[in-house]
Amino acid sequence: MFARRRLSRWWIAAAVVLLVAAAVLGSMIGPAGGITSANWDIIWNIRLPRVVLAGIVGSMLSLAGASYQGVFRNPLVDPYLLGAAAGAGLGATLVFAFGRHATQSWPVDPLPLAAFLGALAAVLVTYLMGASFGGSGLSLVLAGVAVAALATAVQQYLLLRHSDVIKEVYSWISGRVSTATWGDVRLVTPYVVVATVVLLLHRRQLDVLRVGDEEAATLGAEVRRIRLVVVIAATLGTAAVVSVSGLIGFVGIMVPHLVRLVAGSSYRLVMPLSILVGAAFLILADIPGRMIEHGGETPIGVVTALVGAPMFIFVLRTRRVPA
Amino acid sequence: MSSLGFECVNVIYGSQEAVYALDENVRPGEWLCLIGPNGAGKSSVLRAVAGLVKYRGVITVDGSPIDMRSPRQRAAMVAYVPQSPLMPDDMTGAEYVLLGRNPYISYFGSETKHDRALVVDVLDRLDLSSFAGRRVGTLSGGERQRLVIARAIAQEAPILLLDEPTSALDIGHQQQALELVDRLRREHGLTVVSAMHDLTLAGLYADRLSLLHQGHVVASGDAAHVLRPETLSEFYGVSVSVHRHEDGTVVVVPKRERTL
Repeated sequence: MFARRRLSRWWIAAAVVLLVAAAVLGSMIGPAGGITSANWDIIWNIRLPRVVLAGIVGSMLSLAGASYQGVFRNPLVDPYLLGAAAGAGLGATLVFAFGRHATQSWPVDPLPLAAFLGALAAVLVTYLMGASFGGSGLSLVLAGVAVAALATAVQQYLLLRHSDVIKEVYSWISGRVSTATWGDVRLVTPYVVVATVVLLLHRRQLDVLRVGDEEAATLGAEVRRIRLVVVIAATLGTAAVVSVSGLIGFVGIMVPHLVRLVAGSSYRLVMPLSILVGAAFLILADIPGRMIEHGGETPIGVVTALVGAPMFIFVLRTRRVPA
Repeated sequence: MSSLGFECVNVIYGSQEAVYALDENVRPGEWLCLIGPNGAGKSSVLRAVAGLVKYRGVITVDGSPIDMRSPRQRAAMVAYVPQSPLMPDDMTGAEYVLLGRNPYISYFGSETKHDRALVVDVLDRLDLSSFAGRRVGTLSGGERQRLVIARAIAQEAPILLLDEPTSALDIGHQQQALELVDRLRREHGLTVVSAMHDLTLAGLYADRLSLLHQGHVVASGDAAHVLRPETLSEFYGVSVSVHRHEDGTVVVVPKRERTL
């Protein structure tokens, strides 16, 4: 009956073990070899920040994905739905087009800031547009499609005018944690912590919303307020991680679905499990990129799709999809 | 037990008036059934009480206006069973019924032992204990309908609104669902307002029928008073024959237009 509550502790414990294993593996593997006292410096300053950042980014994208899927009751929704990705991409493109050499002397790197502001601005415009269409879930999604198309069009125009930076922009868009520093970790942590706490606090509300906006309202849920708060928190977290890691796709859709397939669709379990599994997945996805190519690294966004898509299809084939 | 009052209630969608100047008083413990052709405004009345559509005028519970309350307070007063409820396939029966406790759980809180015990008790009293651990998606239409009613009972609201509770059920399950509502209404002292298409069933279970036509109440009273061939032919545009049994049951049967 309510026995799933007991079962859920086992799932959480299993996910914690997975995350720890991924973190250990992620710190041990790399071109410089395993853990010895001689290369402790490499591990502390290069591999660990990268593992930690991959964990933060993976958990945030997965949690934001699950939250968006909950408030829009649409399993195909990802954290970039309301224009966050397109806005961040446009912000980053502006910086590259303006000239990285010109900004090198700046005391603060404007790239993460531009991506962060771009993502927030795009979602804000989406929200205002969606509200003027009536504020339902569908009108928000449609507004998001329009805003994303607009931002992408401007970005493409800029790229055509500045074709010398196309490679850099695409490298940024593909996502990476390879250049992660402890500074990046410090930069995103406050946003991610706030977003995560707010979203986790709404996990029971998301279960109530599963019966639809109208029925949830008759059960006393303030649907619009819940949707607004969840969208703000998920967007803030997404914009923060996108600003340091670029656009890492597929995680936000795939991880919550993997979790649902094995542990059921209750958000009270899907949300915490998405955090743990998302972190583990991105730490693991960061490992092959270090080895596939010599000389340069494969962007992690490419790896998540290359590894994640077949794995996802395999799981879909073996398990029935819960609605 | 609570009364439900309507004072000059108008429900308007855009420029379309769905309910016009409704005055009605549902006594504590009464079962009022709204009947009328499609689009007459039956569902709109229920949706106004549930807070799903805007309305002008005043709707009161025990004399005090219902829209003065917060959504959670309102949900503790009024439980609503929609015509086609959205039931997440992989929720268990117990998880689904537990949703009815939402008005009593604080925004960031989670359910208490009392909430869970109440859900177990409701499932038990509705003979649904065997569905508690089963996924909703594996249940039949009749079983699902009883589970929705169980959710509404778990809501512990004195007023129960039912929108076409039997339209998707076969005759056996129609009877089962309505008997259940009638039993619960007596046990819990519920005030019930339902919208129904089946006139015979409506007359069989409700204390009073109100016939709506284009947003107006055109007839109200017991089955024998409202379910008359000339009234039904005027507002439904059908020709029917109405049979009265000795036990007071009124049976409405459509007549074929073609004569043999």
